[in-house]
Amino acid sequence: MSPSGAEVLKQIKAQIDEVDPADVKDGLVNGVVLVDVREPEEFEAGHIPGAVHVPRSYLESRIENAVPDREAHVVLYCASGNRSAWGAHALKELLGYRHVESMRGGITLWKDRGYEVEVPRALTKEQRERYSRHLLIPEVGVEGQQKLLDAKVLLLGAGGLGSPAALYLAAAGVGTLGIVDNDEVDLSNLQRQVIHTTDRIGVPKVDSAEQTIQAINPDVDVVKHAVRLDASNIMEILPGYDVVVDGLDNFPTRYLLNDASVRLRIPVVSAAILGFDGQLSVFAPYEGPCYRCLFREPPPAELAPSCGANGVLGVLPGTMGLLQATEAVKLIIEQGDPLIGRLLLYDALAATFTEVKVHRDPECPICSRDPESISDEEMGVFPDYEAFCAAAG
Amino acid sequence: MATVKIPPVLRPSVGGEKEVTASGSDVGEVLRALVTDHPQTEAQLFSDGELNRYVNVYLNDEDVRVLDGLQTPVGEGDTLVILPAMAGGA
Repeated sequence: MSPSGAEVLKQIKAQIDEVDPADVKDGLVNGVVLVDVREPEEFEAGHIPGAVHVPRSYLESRIENAVPDREAHVVLYCASGNRSAWGAHALKELLGYRHVESMRGGITLWKDRGYEVEVPRALTKEQRERYSRHLLIPEVGVEGQQKLLDAKVLLLGAGGLGSPAALYLAAAGVGTLGIVDNDEVDLSNLQRQVIHTTDRIGVPKVDSAEQTIQAINPDVDVVKHAVRLDASNIMEILPGYDVVVDGLDNFPTRYLLNDASVRLRIPVVSAAILGFDGQLSVFAPYEGPCYRCLFREPPPAELAPSCGANGVLGVLPGTMGLLQATEAVKLIIEQGDPLIGRLLLYDALAATFTEVKVHRDPECPICSRDPESISDEEMGVFPDYEAFCAAAG
Repeated sequence: MATVKIPPVLRPSVGGEKEVTASGSDVGEVLRALVTDHPQTEAQLFSDGELNRYVNVYLNDEDVRVLDGLQTPVGEGDTLVILPAMAGGA
Protein backbone atom coordinates (compact mmCIF):
# COMPACT_ATOMS: atom_id res chain seq x y z
CA MET A 1 0.00 0.00 0.00
CA SER A 2 1.27 3.45 -0.87
CA PRO A 3 2.23 5.68 2.07
CA SER A 4 -0.06 8.57 2.97
CA GLY A 5 0.90 12.16 2.25
CA ALA A 6 1.43 12.74 5.96
CA GLU A 7 3.81 9.78 6.15
CA VAL A 8 5.82 11.00 3.15
CA LEU A 9 6.03 14.50 4.65
CA LYS A 10 7.35 12.99 7.85
CA GLN A 11 10.02 11.15 5.88
CA ILE A 12 10.86 14.30 3.93
CA LYS A 13 11.28 16.30 7.11
CA ALA A 14 13.65 13.66 8.40
CA GLN A 15 15.82 14.11 5.30
CA ILE A 16 16.11 17.89 5.39
CA ASP A 17 17.37 20.45 7.87
CA GLU A 18 14.85 22.52 9.75
CA VAL A 19 15.62 25.77 11.49
CA ASP A 20 13.85 27.64 14.26
CA PRO A 21 12.41 31.12 13.53
CA ALA A 22 14.67 32.59 16.23
CA ASP A 23 17.74 31.37 14.34
CA VAL A 24 16.36 32.73 11.08
CA LYS A 25 15.80 36.10 12.71
CA ASP A 26 19.39 36.18 13.93
CA GLY A 27 20.72 34.76 10.69
CA LEU A 28 19.04 37.39 8.52
CA VAL A 29 21.85 39.79 9.13
CA ASN A 30 24.39 37.23 8.00
CA GLY A 31 23.53 36.95 4.34
CA VAL A 32 20.93 34.20 4.48
CA VAL A 33 18.59 34.21 1.49
CA LEU A 34 15.08 33.87 2.84
CA VAL A 35 12.55 32.54 0.34
CA ASP A 36 8.79 32.73 0.87
CA VAL A 37 7.25 29.81 -1.05
CA ARG A 38 3.60 30.62 -0.40
CA GLU A 39 1.01 31.72 -2.95
CA PRO A 40 1.01 35.38 -4.10
CA GLU A 41 -2.08 36.26 -2.06
CA GLU A 42 -0.45 34.93 1.11
CA PHE A 43 2.79 36.79 0.41
CA GLU A 44 0.95 40.04 -0.14
CA ALA A 45 -1.00 39.65 3.08
CA GLY A 46 2.31 39.89 4.95
CA HIS A 47 5.78 38.39 4.76
CA ILE A 48 9.10 38.43 6.57
CA PRO A 49 11.03 41.61 5.67
CA GLY A 50 13.71 40.94 3.09
CA ALA A 51 12.18 37.67 1.90
CA VAL A 52 12.18 36.87 -1.80
CA HIS A 53 8.98 35.42 -3.13
CA VAL A 54 9.08 32.24 -5.22
CA PRO A 55 5.81 30.29 -5.00
CA ARG A 56 6.21 26.57 -4.27
CA SER A 57 4.62 25.66 -7.60
CA TYR A 58 7.38 27.54 -9.47
CA LEU A 59 10.20 26.87 -7.02
CA GLU A 60 12.26 24.46 -9.12
CA SER A 61 11.89 26.49 -12.30
CA ARG A 62 12.53 29.94 -10.84
CA ILE A 63 14.81 29.53 -7.86
CA GLU A 64 17.90 30.06 -10.02
CA ASN A 65 16.79 33.62 -10.80
CA ALA A 66 16.40 34.43 -7.13
CA VAL A 67 19.33 32.39 -5.83
CA PRO A 68 21.87 31.62 -8.57
CA ASP A 69 24.53 30.38 -6.13
CA ARG A 70 24.01 26.78 -5.08
CA GLU A 71 26.42 27.27 -2.19
CA ALA A 72 24.26 30.07 -0.75
CA HIS A 73 22.59 29.58 2.62
CA VAL A 74 18.90 29.40 1.74
CA VAL A 75 15.99 29.24 4.19
CA LEU A 76 12.51 28.50 2.85
CA TYR A 77 9.35 29.27 4.73
CA CYS A 78 5.64 28.90 4.17
CA ALA A 79 2.62 29.19 6.48
CA SER A 80 3.38 26.31 8.81
CA GLY A 81 6.53 24.61 7.62
CA ASN A 82 5.16 21.86 5.37
CA ARG A 83 5.33 23.34 1.87
CA SER A 84 8.78 24.70 2.71
CA ALA A 85 9.86 21.22 3.74
CA TRP A 86 8.83 19.81 0.37
CA GLY A 87 10.56 22.71 -1.30
CA ALA A 88 13.78 22.30 0.67
CA HIS A 89 13.85 18.64 -0.24
CA ALA A 90 13.46 19.45 -3.92
CA LEU A 91 16.17 22.12 -3.88
CA LYS A 92 18.55 19.83 -2.07
CA GLU A 93 17.91 16.55 -3.88
CA LEU A 94 16.95 17.73 -7.36
CA LEU A 95 18.82 21.00 -7.83
CA GLY A 96 21.87 20.51 -5.65
CA TYR A 97 21.50 23.44 -3.24
CA ARG A 98 23.86 22.45 -0.45
CA HIS A 99 22.80 24.70 2.41
CA VAL A 100 19.02 24.76 2.28
CA GLU A 101 16.76 24.69 5.31
CA SER A 102 13.05 24.88 6.04
CA MET A 103 11.80 27.20 8.76
CA ARG A 104 9.92 25.21 11.39
CA GLY A 105 6.38 26.42 12.09
CA GLY A 106 6.42 28.83 9.12
CA ILE A 107 5.34 32.44 9.32
CA THR A 108 2.60 31.45 11.78
CA LEU A 109 5.19 30.62 14.43
CA TRP A 110 7.23 33.67 13.38
CA LYS A 111 4.22 35.90 14.06
CA ASP A 112 3.44 34.09 17.32
CA ARG A 113 6.91 35.04 18.50
CA GLY A 114 6.08 38.67 17.79
CA TYR A 115 8.70 39.09 15.05
CA GLU A 116 8.34 41.76 12.38
CA VAL A 117 6.10 41.21 9.36
CA GLU A 118 6.02 43.45 6.32
CA VAL A 119 2.67 44.03 4.65
CA PRO A 120 3.17 45.35 1.11
CA ARG A 121 0.51 47.43 -0.49
CA ALA A 122 -1.38 44.99 -2.61
CA LEU A 123 -1.81 45.14 -6.36
CA THR A 124 -5.34 44.52 -7.55
CA LYS A 125 -6.15 41.27 -9.29
CA GLU A 126 -6.19 43.11 -12.59
CA GLN A 127 -2.83 44.74 -11.90
CA ARG A 128 -1.31 41.37 -11.02
CA GLU A 129 -2.43 40.12 -14.40
CA ARG A 130 -1.50 43.27 -16.33
CA TYR A 131 1.98 43.47 -14.85
CA SER A 132 2.52 39.72 -14.49
CA ARG A 133 5.60 39.74 -16.75
CA HIS A 134 7.13 42.40 -14.51
CA LEU A 135 6.24 40.49 -11.37
CA LEU A 136 8.07 37.46 -12.74
CA ILE A 137 11.42 39.23 -12.93
CA PRO A 138 13.07 39.68 -9.53
CA GLU A 139 14.52 43.08 -10.49
CA VAL A 140 10.99 44.45 -10.74
CA GLY A 141 8.61 42.22 -8.79
CA VAL A 142 5.77 43.62 -6.69
CA GLU A 143 8.06 46.15 -5.04
CA GLY A 144 9.36 47.53 -8.33
CA GLN A 145 5.89 47.59 -9.85
CA GLN A 146 4.65 49.52 -6.85
CA LYS A 147 7.49 52.02 -7.39
CA LEU A 148 6.45 52.38 -11.03
CA LEU A 149 2.81 52.94 -10.04
CA ASP A 150 3.93 55.60 -7.55
CA ALA A 151 6.33 57.26 -10.01
CA LYS A 152 5.82 60.59 -11.72
CA VAL A 153 7.62 61.02 -15.03
CA LEU A 154 7.58 64.22 -17.05
CA LEU A 155 7.88 63.91 -20.81
CA LEU A 156 9.15 67.02 -22.52
CA GLY A 157 7.52 66.78 -25.89
CA ALA A 158 5.03 64.26 -27.26
CA GLY A 159 7.04 64.13 -30.46
CA GLY A 160 9.55 61.72 -31.95
CA LEU A 161 11.26 60.74 -28.70
CA GLY A 162 8.35 61.37 -26.35
CA SER A 163 5.87 59.24 -28.31
CA PRO A 164 7.55 55.84 -27.96
CA ALA A 165 8.74 56.65 -24.44
CA ALA A 166 5.18 57.55 -23.39
CA LEU A 167 3.72 54.38 -24.89
CA TYR A 168 6.05 52.07 -23.00
CA LEU A 169 6.10 54.03 -19.75
CA ALA A 170 2.30 53.92 -19.81
CA ALA A 171 2.31 50.21 -20.53
CA ALA A 172 4.83 49.67 -17.72
CA GLY A 173 2.40 51.27 -15.29
CA VAL A 174 4.16 54.53 -14.47
CA GLY A 175 1.45 56.10 -12.31
CA THR A 176 1.72 59.68 -13.48
CA LEU A 177 2.87 60.83 -16.90
CA GLY A 178 3.16 64.57 -17.34
CA ILE A 179 3.40 65.77 -20.93
CA VAL A 180 4.62 69.21 -21.96
CA ASP A 181 3.76 70.08 -25.56
CA ASN A 182 1.97 73.05 -27.06
CA ASP A 183 1.86 71.67 -30.58
CA GLU A 184 -0.91 70.07 -32.63
CA VAL A 185 -0.69 66.81 -34.53
CA ASP A 186 0.48 67.36 -38.10
CA LEU A 187 0.49 64.89 -40.98
CA SER A 188 4.28 65.12 -41.24
CA ASN A 189 4.59 63.99 -37.59
CA LEU A 190 3.05 60.58 -38.18
CA GLN A 191 6.14 59.06 -39.85
CA ARG A 192 7.65 58.75 -36.36
CA GLN A 193 5.40 60.16 -33.62
CA VAL A 194 3.63 56.87 -33.04
CA ILE A 195 1.42 57.96 -30.16
CA HIS A 196 -0.67 60.05 -32.59
CA THR A 197 -2.99 58.85 -35.35
CA THR A 198 -4.17 60.07 -38.72
CA ASP A 199 -7.66 60.92 -37.47
CA ARG A 200 -6.17 63.24 -34.85
CA ILE A 201 -4.45 65.66 -37.20
CA GLY A 202 -5.05 69.15 -35.83
CA VAL A 203 -5.70 67.86 -32.29
CA PRO A 204 -3.42 69.17 -29.51
CA LYS A 205 -0.64 66.63 -28.98
CA VAL A 206 -1.24 66.46 -25.23
CA ASP A 207 -4.87 65.44 -25.89
CA SER A 208 -3.94 62.94 -28.56
CA ALA A 209 -1.24 61.42 -26.34
CA GLU A 210 -3.62 61.22 -23.40
CA GLN A 211 -6.17 59.38 -25.52
CA THR A 212 -3.63 56.73 -26.57
CA ILE A 213 -2.20 56.36 -23.07
CA GLN A 214 -5.63 55.89 -21.51
CA ALA A 215 -6.47 53.28 -24.11
CA ILE A 216 -3.29 51.36 -23.24
CA ASN A 217 -3.47 51.66 -19.48
CA PRO A 218 -6.18 53.34 -17.41
CA ASP A 219 -3.88 53.09 -14.35
CA VAL A 220 -1.93 56.05 -15.69
CA ASP A 221 -2.82 59.56 -14.64
CA VAL A 222 -1.95 61.92 -17.51
CA VAL A 223 -1.11 65.49 -16.56
CA LYS A 224 -1.29 67.77 -19.58
CA HIS A 225 0.87 70.86 -19.84
CA ALA A 226 -0.16 72.41 -23.16
CA VAL A 227 2.52 75.07 -23.04
CA ARG A 228 5.92 75.72 -24.46
CA LEU A 229 8.45 75.11 -21.69
CA ASP A 230 10.23 78.37 -20.87
CA ALA A 231 11.81 80.28 -18.04
CA SER A 232 8.45 81.61 -16.90
CA ASN A 233 6.87 78.20 -16.28
CA ILE A 234 9.63 75.62 -15.78
CA MET A 235 9.87 76.06 -12.02
CA GLU A 236 6.11 75.54 -11.74
CA ILE A 237 5.99 72.45 -13.95
CA LEU A 238 9.04 70.41 -12.88
CA PRO A 239 8.67 70.13 -9.08
CA GLY A 240 7.10 66.88 -7.93
CA TYR A 241 8.33 64.79 -10.84
CA ASP A 242 10.78 61.95 -10.13
CA VAL A 243 12.34 61.74 -13.59
CA VAL A 244 12.29 63.97 -16.66
CA VAL A 245 12.48 62.43 -20.14
CA ASP A 246 13.97 65.07 -22.40
CA GLY A 247 12.86 64.93 -26.01
CA LEU A 248 13.27 68.65 -26.62
CA ASP A 249 14.06 69.88 -30.10
CA ASN A 250 16.16 72.94 -29.34
CA PHE A 251 19.22 74.03 -27.37
CA PRO A 252 17.86 76.98 -25.40
CA THR A 253 15.25 74.82 -23.67
CA ARG A 254 17.75 72.02 -23.08
CA TYR A 255 20.02 74.40 -21.17
CA LEU A 256 17.06 75.83 -19.30
CA LEU A 257 15.94 72.31 -18.41
CA ASN A 258 19.41 71.41 -17.25
CA ASP A 259 19.72 74.36 -14.94
CA ALA A 260 16.23 73.89 -13.47
CA SER A 261 16.67 70.13 -13.00
CA VAL A 262 20.01 70.63 -11.23
CA ARG A 263 18.39 73.21 -8.99
CA LEU A 264 15.54 70.80 -8.22
CA ARG A 265 17.78 67.71 -8.15
CA ILE A 266 15.61 65.83 -10.66
CA PRO A 267 17.38 63.33 -12.94
CA VAL A 268 16.99 63.86 -16.68
CA VAL A 269 17.10 61.10 -19.26
CA SER A 270 18.28 62.98 -22.30
CA ALA A 271 18.34 61.98 -25.95
CA ALA A 272 18.92 63.79 -29.21
CA ILE A 273 18.50 62.63 -32.78
CA LEU A 274 19.49 63.73 -36.25
CA GLY A 275 19.40 61.85 -39.51
CA PHE A 276 20.56 58.36 -38.61
CA ASP A 277 22.40 59.33 -35.43
CA GLY A 278 21.32 59.43 -31.82
CA GLN A 279 22.84 60.48 -28.50
CA LEU A 280 21.70 59.35 -25.06
CA SER A 281 22.77 60.04 -21.50
CA VAL A 282 21.37 60.33 -17.98
CA PHE A 283 22.08 63.53 -16.08
CA ALA A 284 21.64 62.89 -12.37
CA PRO A 285 22.32 66.15 -10.52
CA TYR A 286 25.32 66.01 -8.18
CA GLU A 287 25.66 62.27 -8.71
CA GLY A 288 27.10 62.61 -12.20
CA PRO A 289 27.77 65.32 -14.75
CA CYS A 290 25.06 67.69 -15.98
CA TYR A 291 24.34 68.75 -19.55
CA ARG A 292 26.56 71.80 -19.16
CA CYS A 293 29.44 69.59 -18.00
CA LEU A 294 29.07 67.70 -21.29
CA PHE A 295 28.42 70.70 -23.54
CA ARG A 296 29.47 73.92 -21.82
CA GLU A 297 27.86 76.02 -24.52
CA PRO A 298 25.63 75.37 -27.51
CA PRO A 299 27.13 75.37 -30.99
CA PRO A 300 26.48 78.18 -33.42
CA ALA A 301 23.56 77.77 -35.77
CA GLU A 302 25.54 76.24 -38.64
CA LEU A 303 26.50 73.39 -36.34
CA ALA A 304 23.07 73.12 -34.75
CA PRO A 305 20.69 71.76 -37.34
CA SER A 306 17.90 71.50 -34.78
CA CYS A 307 17.14 75.12 -35.50
CA GLY A 308 15.66 74.35 -38.87
CA ALA A 309 13.75 71.51 -40.45
CA ASN A 310 15.98 68.48 -40.75
CA GLY A 311 15.36 64.94 -41.70
CA VAL A 312 15.37 61.96 -39.41
CA LEU A 313 14.82 58.27 -40.03
CA GLY A 314 11.37 57.60 -38.59
CA VAL A 315 12.49 54.55 -36.64
CA LEU A 316 15.44 56.33 -34.99
CA PRO A 317 13.45 58.31 -32.38
CA GLY A 318 11.70 55.01 -31.62
CA THR A 319 15.02 53.37 -30.80
CA MET A 320 16.30 56.34 -28.80
CA GLY A 321 12.97 57.05 -27.09
CA LEU A 322 12.74 53.47 -25.90
CA LEU A 323 16.30 53.58 -24.58
CA GLN A 324 15.15 56.66 -22.65
CA ALA A 325 12.11 54.80 -21.33
CA THR A 326 14.37 51.94 -20.27
CA GLU A 327 16.68 54.29 -18.37
CA ALA A 328 13.69 56.01 -16.75
CA VAL A 329 12.31 52.67 -15.54
CA LYS A 330 15.75 51.67 -14.19
CA LEU A 331 15.98 54.93 -12.25
CA ILE A 332 12.50 54.38 -10.80
CA ILE A 333 13.02 50.77 -9.73
CA GLU A 334 16.64 51.50 -8.75
CA GLN A 335 18.08 48.58 -10.68
CA GLY A 336 21.06 48.16 -12.97
CA ASP A 337 23.68 50.67 -14.04
CA PRO A 338 22.10 53.88 -15.25
CA LEU A 339 23.76 55.75 -18.12
CA ILE A 340 25.20 58.35 -15.74
CA GLY A 341 28.60 59.76 -16.72
CA ARG A 342 28.39 58.00 -20.06
CA LEU A 343 27.18 59.18 -23.44
CA LEU A 344 25.87 56.56 -25.81
CA LEU A 345 26.13 57.27 -29.53
CA TYR A 346 24.00 55.24 -31.89
CA ASP A 347 24.72 55.13 -35.61
CA ALA A 348 21.71 53.48 -37.20
CA LEU A 349 23.24 53.18 -40.67
CA ALA A 350 26.34 51.43 -39.38
CA ALA A 351 24.36 49.63 -36.66
CA THR A 352 26.96 50.54 -34.05
CA PHE A 353 26.81 51.81 -30.49
CA THR A 354 29.77 53.86 -29.22
CA GLU A 355 30.14 54.93 -25.62
CA VAL A 356 32.24 57.83 -24.35
CA LYS A 357 32.86 58.98 -20.79
CA VAL A 358 31.37 62.18 -19.43
CA HIS A 359 32.95 63.76 -16.37
CA ARG A 360 31.65 66.27 -13.90
CA ASP A 361 33.27 69.59 -14.68
CA PRO A 362 34.68 71.07 -11.47
CA GLU A 363 34.20 74.47 -13.10
CA CYS A 364 30.67 73.80 -14.35
CA PRO A 365 28.79 77.11 -14.18
CA ILE A 366 25.76 75.31 -12.74
CA CYS A 367 26.39 72.00 -11.00
CA SER A 368 29.65 73.00 -9.32
CA ARG A 369 27.49 75.20 -7.09
CA ASP A 370 24.83 74.68 -4.43
CA PRO A 371 21.39 74.30 -6.01
CA GLU A 372 20.05 77.06 -3.75
CA SER A 373 22.49 79.53 -5.29
CA ILE A 374 21.15 79.10 -8.83
CA SER A 375 18.86 82.06 -9.51
CA ASP A 376 15.86 82.37 -11.82
CA GLU A 377 17.68 85.00 -13.84
CA GLU A 378 20.65 82.87 -14.82
CA MET A 379 18.77 79.70 -15.74
CA GLY A 380 19.23 78.73 -19.35
CA VAL A 381 21.29 81.82 -19.98
CA PHE A 382 24.01 82.00 -22.60
CA PRO A 383 24.69 84.35 -25.54
CA ASP A 384 21.46 85.16 -27.33
CA TYR A 385 20.97 81.91 -29.10
CA GLU A 386 17.30 82.08 -29.99
CA ALA A 387 17.89 85.20 -32.02
CA PHE A 388 20.82 83.45 -33.66
CA CYS A 389 18.66 80.49 -34.61
CA ALA A 390 15.94 82.73 -35.93
CA ALA A 391 18.50 84.55 -38.06
CA ALA A 392 19.81 81.27 -39.40
CA GLY A 393 16.30 80.09 -40.22
CA MET B 1 47.25 57.03 -38.87
CA ALA B 2 44.39 57.66 -36.50
CA THR B 3 40.74 57.23 -37.39
CA VAL B 4 38.60 60.32 -36.93
CA LYS B 5 34.85 59.84 -36.55
CA ILE B 6 32.95 62.70 -38.13
CA PRO B 7 29.60 63.79 -36.67
CA PRO B 8 26.60 64.31 -38.99
CA VAL B 9 26.90 68.12 -38.99
CA LEU B 10 30.52 68.01 -40.18
CA ARG B 11 30.08 65.35 -42.83
CA PRO B 12 29.27 67.80 -45.63
CA SER B 13 32.68 69.40 -44.94
CA VAL B 14 34.53 66.12 -45.49
CA GLY B 15 32.75 64.98 -48.62
CA GLY B 16 30.07 63.06 -46.75
CA GLU B 17 32.47 60.66 -45.05
CA LYS B 18 31.62 59.30 -41.58
CA GLU B 19 35.22 58.40 -40.88
CA VAL B 20 38.49 59.75 -42.19
CA THR B 21 42.08 58.96 -41.37
CA ALA B 22 44.59 61.60 -40.40
CA SER B 23 48.15 61.45 -39.17
CA GLY B 24 49.74 63.16 -36.22
CA SER B 25 51.42 62.34 -32.95
CA ASP B 26 48.94 64.19 -30.78
CA VAL B 27 45.30 65.24 -30.88
CA GLY B 28 46.12 68.75 -32.13
CA GLU B 29 48.24 67.44 -35.00
CA VAL B 30 45.61 64.94 -36.07
CA LEU B 31 42.89 67.60 -36.05
CA ARG B 32 45.10 70.05 -37.96
CA ALA B 33 45.82 67.34 -40.53
CA LEU B 34 42.05 66.95 -40.84
CA VAL B 35 41.69 70.71 -41.34
CA THR B 36 44.44 70.69 -43.99
CA ASP B 37 42.67 67.94 -45.92
CA HIS B 38 39.22 69.47 -45.37
CA PRO B 39 39.58 73.26 -44.86
CA GLN B 40 35.84 73.75 -44.31
CA THR B 41 36.11 72.02 -40.96
CA GLU B 42 38.46 74.63 -39.52
CA ALA B 43 35.91 77.21 -38.43
CA GLN B 44 33.78 74.51 -36.91
CA LEU B 45 36.59 73.05 -34.83
CA PHE B 46 38.91 75.90 -33.92
CA SER B 47 38.79 79.51 -32.76
CA ASP B 48 42.13 81.29 -32.30
CA GLY B 49 43.93 77.97 -32.39
CA GLU B 50 41.89 76.55 -29.51
CA LEU B 51 39.30 73.82 -29.79
CA ASN B 52 35.82 75.38 -29.74
CA ARG B 53 34.12 74.93 -26.40
CA TYR B 54 31.01 73.46 -28.02
CA VAL B 55 32.97 70.65 -29.64
CA ASN B 56 34.01 67.65 -27.59
CA VAL B 57 36.81 65.41 -28.78
CA TYR B 58 37.32 61.95 -27.39
CA LEU B 59 40.41 59.82 -27.71
CA ASN B 60 38.79 56.41 -27.92
CA ASP B 61 36.25 56.81 -25.08
CA GLU B 62 37.94 59.56 -23.04
CA ASP B 63 37.37 63.31 -23.29
CA VAL B 64 40.69 64.88 -24.32
CA ARG B 65 39.97 67.78 -21.95
CA VAL B 66 40.58 65.45 -18.98
CA LEU B 67 43.72 64.14 -20.72
CA ASP B 68 46.23 66.62 -22.09
CA GLY B 69 43.89 68.45 -24.45
CA LEU B 70 45.34 69.01 -27.90
CA GLN B 71 48.71 67.75 -26.64
CA THR B 72 47.31 64.30 -25.80
CA PRO B 73 49.46 61.71 -27.60
CA VAL B 74 47.72 59.70 -30.31
CA GLY B 75 48.91 56.23 -31.21
CA GLU B 76 48.47 54.08 -34.29
CA GLY B 77 45.00 52.59 -34.30
CA ASP B 78 43.53 55.16 -31.92
CA THR B 79 40.14 56.64 -32.73
CA LEU B 80 39.21 60.28 -32.28
CA VAL B 81 35.51 61.01 -31.92
CA ILE B 82 34.44 64.57 -32.72
CA LEU B 83 31.17 65.36 -31.02
CA PRO B 84 29.23 68.60 -31.18
CA ALA B 85 25.99 68.79 -29.20
CA MET B 86 22.79 67.73 -30.95
CA ALA B 87 19.36 68.91 -29.87
CA GLY B 88 16.86 67.27 -32.22
CA GLY B 89 14.00 65.48 -30.55
CA ALA B 90 10.93 65.92 -32.63
